[in-house]
Amino acid sequence: MRVITLALTLLLSLSSFAFAQGSGIQEVLQTHRAAIEKGSRKTIEPAITAIAGSGLPAAQTVLQKWQQKDMWQRKEDGLFFWAEEIARKTYRLHDFDTGEPVGDYAKGDLDQLKPNSGVRAMIGAALVQFQLSDPDPTRRLDALTAIQRDAEESHLAPLSASIEGETNPAIKARKEQLLTLLTIRFGKDTATRVAAIESVSTNISLDTRAALNTLLSSRIVFDPPEEANKGRRIIPGSDDLSIDAAFELMVDAGAMKHVPTPDERKAFLLEHIDDGKVGGVPLAQLDTQEARDRAYAALNPGWNPLVSKADLVQYEQFYEVFDERDRAVTNAAQEALKSIKTRVGLNQTLDLLLDGISLASIFFLAAIGLAITFGVMGVINMAHGEFIMMGAYTGYVVQQIIPNYTVSILVALPLAFLVTFAAGVAMERLVIRHLYNRPLETLLATFGISIALQQIAKNIFGTQARPLTSPAWLDGAWVLNDVVSISYIRIAIFVLALIFLGLFLFIMKRTRLGLETRAVTQNPRMAASMGINPDKVNMLTFGLGSGIAGIAGVAIGLFAKVTSELGSDYIVQSFMTVVVGGVGNIWGTLAGAAMIGFLQKGIEWMNPSNTLAAQTYMIIFIIIFIQFRPRGIIALKGRAAGD
Amino acid sequence: MSTLLEVSGVSVSFDGFKAINNLSFQIGKAEMRAIIGPNGAGKTTFMDIVTGKTRPDEGRVIWGDKSVSLLKMSEAQIARAGVGRKFQRPTVFEDQTVFDNLLLALKKDRGPLPVLFYRRSAEDVDKVHALAEEIGLTDQLDRKSGELSHGQKQWLEIGMLLAQEPQLLLVDEPAAGMTPEEREHTTAILVEAAKTRAVVVVEHDMEFVRRLNCKVTVLHEGSVLAEGSLDHVTSNKDVIDVYLGR
Amino acid sequence: MTDRSLFAKNPSVLIFLACLGMFTLGVTVFSEAFGSGLISTSFVKTLGKTLCLCLIALAMDLVWGYTGILSLGHFAFFGIGGYMIGMWLMYERTRDIIVTSMAGQEIPPTESEITAAIGNQIFGVVGSSEFPAIWAFSHSLTLQLILVVAVPGLLALVFGWLAFRSRVTGVYLSILTQAMTLALALYLFQNDSGLRGNNGLSGLQNLPGLDEVPQSVVSVWFLWASAAALGLGYVFSAWVVSGKFGSVLRGIRDDEARVRFLGYSVEAYKLFIFTITAVIAGIAGALYYPQAGIINPAEIAPIASIYLAVWVAIGGRGRLYGAVIGAAFVSLVSSWFTGGQVPSIPLGFYTIDWVDWWLVLLGFSFVMVTLFAPRGIGGLFDLWTGHMAPARHGQDLGPDAGSLQEQEADQ
Repeated sequence: MRVITLALTLLLSLSSFAFAQGSGIQEVLQTHRAAIEKGSRKTIEPAITAIAGSGLPAAQTVLQKWQQKDMWQRKEDGLFFWAEEIARKTYRLHDFDTGEPVGDYAKGDLDQLKPNSGVRAMIGAALVQFQLSDPDPTRRLDALTAIQRDAEESHLAPLSASIEGETNPAIKARKEQLLTLLTIRFGKDTATRVAAIESVSTNISLDTRAALNTLLSSRIVFDPPEEANKGRRIIPGSDDLSIDAAFELMVDAGAMKHVPTPDERKAFLLEHIDDGKVGGVPLAQLDTQEARDRAYAALNPGWNPLVSKADLVQYEQFYEVFDERDRAVTNAAQEALKSIKTRVGLNQTLDLLLDGISLASIFFLAAIGLAITFGVMGVINMAHGEFIMMGAYTGYVVQQIIPNYTVSILVALPLAFLVTFAAGVAMERLVIRHLYNRPLETLLATFGISIALQQIAKNIFGTQARPLTSPAWLDGAWVLNDVVSISYIRIAIFVLALIFLGLFLFIMKRTRLGLETRAVTQNPRMAASMGINPDKVNMLTFGLGSGIAGIAGVAIGLFAKVTSELGSDYIVQSFMTVVVGGVGNIWGTLAGAAMIGFLQKGIEWMNPSNTLAAQTYMIIFIIIFIQFRPRGIIALKGRAAGD
Repeated sequence: MSTLLEVSGVSVSFDGFKAINNLSFQIGKAEMRAIIGPNGAGKTTFMDIVTGKTRPDEGRVIWGDKSVSLLKMSEAQIARAGVGRKFQRPTVFEDQTVFDNLLLALKKDRGPLPVLFYRRSAEDVDKVHALAEEIGLTDQLDRKSGELSHGQKQWLEIGMLLAQEPQLLLVDEPAAGMTPEEREHTTAILVEAAKTRAVVVVEHDMEFVRRLNCKVTVLHEGSVLAEGSLDHVTSNKDVIDVYLGR
Repeated sequence: MTDRSLFAKNPSVLIFLACLGMFTLGVTVFSEAFGSGLISTSFVKTLGKTLCLCLIALAMDLVWGYTGILSLGHFAFFGIGGYMIGMWLMYERTRDIIVTSMAGQEIPPTESEITAAIGNQIFGVVGSSEFPAIWAFSHSLTLQLILVVAVPGLLALVFGWLAFRSRVTGVYLSILTQAMTLALALYLFQNDSGLRGNNGLSGLQNLPGLDEVPQSVVSVWFLWASAAALGLGYVFSAWVVSGKFGSVLRGIRDDEARVRFLGYSVEAYKLFIFTITAVIAGIAGALYYPQAGIINPAEIAPIASIYLAVWVAIGGRGRLYGAVIGAAFVSLVSSWFTGGQVPSIPLGFYTIDWVDWWLVLLGFSFVMVTLFAPRGIGGLFDLWTGHMAPARHGQDLGPDAGSLQEQEADQ
């Protein structure tokens, strides 16, 4: 079919080329002068075809000017020009073929050609072939987008013709894809269309799915005619069709008479009040449905209150009927959509996994500092969330001073560490040191600090959210296909989480501080007797945990709003992460973060409309999980667990 | 003499370390027994298993005339069944008076509601006084137990054990940190208690064990190394090896 | 040394009841409705609400100060109590309005039409008009009053059973209770939770059928009810903690394992006290919210329960009057500061406006109390009576004491 179209186009252009050789486009225009002047939709087509098929360079200009109502006819000789208004009621005419101005004329000497909307649409369709082969790639892409947005049967031929000469491989691929989609909808015969449909059955892009879904648009019909393209049978009372709607369909089809609803019957009763009574029933007694039914039945002898709509519609034939007439096409589309759905499902699972990983990284980042202070030192730091907030605000302040986003982030990360490290050390020295081995009191004291810090932040920065802008190279997302994509910021956070995992393991296993920390954790007296200063170790460990919270704050601030409540949004999840994972083990924290992250994403996927519910169910799940593993996923056993 | 507690083939391990290895042990109804052994021999873990704090990986723990298994019972149920335990550290309720501590331990219905509606009777008060007499704390009844000396706390704890009227008393290092006079008093209390019930004493101090004058079980690496009179076990070559090191 | 009566053992109960009685009488005498009008109706309401907060602080003291369970979830029970009574208040009041407005129609409305109109009125804000199943009893005051104690009690029973059975203790339990509150708050924030999402229930200050009684009178009624509830709660709490039961509770707080080896089922006791205090909290909430007039899910956010712990800690845990003093003192001072009545402090370069800085002050003074006055305001009474705690708390003893941590004996 493509070959035929091509041959036709070629033939047309050849013939007109021979004809127009001498005098250019003006000749073609003059040939069809009568039709152009008349501007009627019924007769204009040969003219447009002739211009478009002339193969002359000016053809596109003519069509554009004509469509934009910028084509004028000189009264004296009937020649066509395009014109621009140079002064009031004065126009400068340009020759189409040369583009040269031919003189200035008063409006009275000219006739403007005003094609109506139908004609303009036809011109537009003719223009598509020029745009599709426009030397400027952007305009070609624009044309493709325009076609995609508002596809018509007439686009099929020019699109098909333009593929041959396409040099840009990306645009060529797009053209081919679009051609398939157009063929699916407007293909000449069933076989072509089915072949096109089958060729996209592995394509999960949104466009393909939209095209197939359009094919499958349907409505529910009562007792459809034999020739209709019927789909499933619909049972009234199911989710697809309520009893009332089914009944209305039957009423519309003339198979049933309208049954008045209770409200209509009430309105009827209101209209028939007669001396304080309706149908012989006093008004005051009409406060039950039975009494009203009695009154209505008295006025309408044929009406039976016991008739149930459900009984009437129950065994009737309701089918979904496709707008597309061709059954082979709808069947193929259904098959293709089914196989696409499987693939989409697989890809969605992959996307969900990526989302889960990214959420888990965030929880891990937020919780790792807590895991150090809570897990290693046994100190509950309720102000941990506020350290995260301090980190985020540090990032914000740095951005106010250093306008370059990349540099400011690089400065903000270590600075946030320093700020929260200092805050953590100060807090350890002033408060926590005096409360070791009194975990509940530590919890309360750090909570006091938490509310104070939160309010101070509110007083300094106000209640509205402050922006922490990520550098441009972190904008955007890594797009695998229409289903799977992940933003660069989340990838960066994942990498950051990995770095911190490595850093933590390095510090704990390879450095003096790690060795001393482990020693102090296991037996403070023994450690002290071996010359380790537990005070110093505790201080540094606490500072380290707080410092990491600060860095996590910068990372979180990049995608969340920086407010004084930033920290408290994450604190409960962070605690859950540590508790679920198992205290005193970094792998436990990792496992906890992974579990909570995937769980939350999983629940959100099952109930996408409601993230609040997802959090509720997640917390309930965690409460039940703790039943079975009270010490977390990775638990210390035996005496070391210290019952 | 019928068996009160029979432990057979019990093993338990923590992270691969076998704390108790195929241990079997029996004790009769009115018997005093001392358990000795080097550090890490499994003495405390053995007590943990009997009292339900630690669940063994395998083995059986059978209790009393009805031969019930202790393995399925909670700590509180085991305690109510008649096993009393004294910890290494004296653990008494320091914020409460000696009287309240003893009253709390008296054998009574332990359910929340009976306890809520409990009113102390003259009989219970007499019992508390008798117990205080026995452990020598009559003068201290109204003091908070946190104010007692270390030895007094140990006695108070033994008194609380006796108040429970258990059939089996598990006592972990009762003489640790006591003066010689206090030790003598402790010995007397335990010997007296063993006349009517089974008493198992875990102790490091050989002199104290000798004074108890009872059968001795030596634990080593989680199982019984030797059993018999103190003289018998101390002349056992294995025991000497374990204690002196090879 | 046999048992003396409750009051003979605890003279402080009589003193407390006397103070409470005098306070109530005083407020009544100076109220707008029954006396000179020196105390405005809104302040009477504030005082009535404070009494309810004292009641829940009492519950918190039982569960934390005496039993050592730092529950960060008791405000959930408080809120549920409020919601339960709020459902009846809102339903009945809306029904009154609907019936009045429909009375003018020519054809009298049917029951189902009235119900539909009430549903439309109440749930219109969340885009619904159907009555959710949980409103099934909202027409009956008796049933809703039963729910005020039954729902918090049942929730506490289930949650406590799960938590205590698996031996979750200490900070783990605190975090778990906090998670429970958070879950509940988030759930209620949803529009389809059936309790009007974040709009909450409103107009609760209007008592159905008593439209002609002015708010000034209603506020005093509620003050009386709150005072009576607080008095009863105080006597009940004193009775619970003074006997052998209290002895077991304090035993659990100080050394849970020891209590277990004495043969007491620690889990049963914890569950009992957790559930009882949840019920008390529910009652307190049911009295509080009609005075507040509105309840929404923000009320039961985790922060509220933490404030509860703050009140009890500042007042002094482990003594009942401490909890009451703490709740009254902190909440009244808080409303004084946040009400903008405290003069600002100009520092030249900056002016400290207490509306903004009050929380900072509270936070830091809370840290100070924890560090330097662990016995709270109640500790002042000890100085006065010359009572001193034993000085020999939990030294390290025994051969391998180094691995044992000092018990939190003075908690």
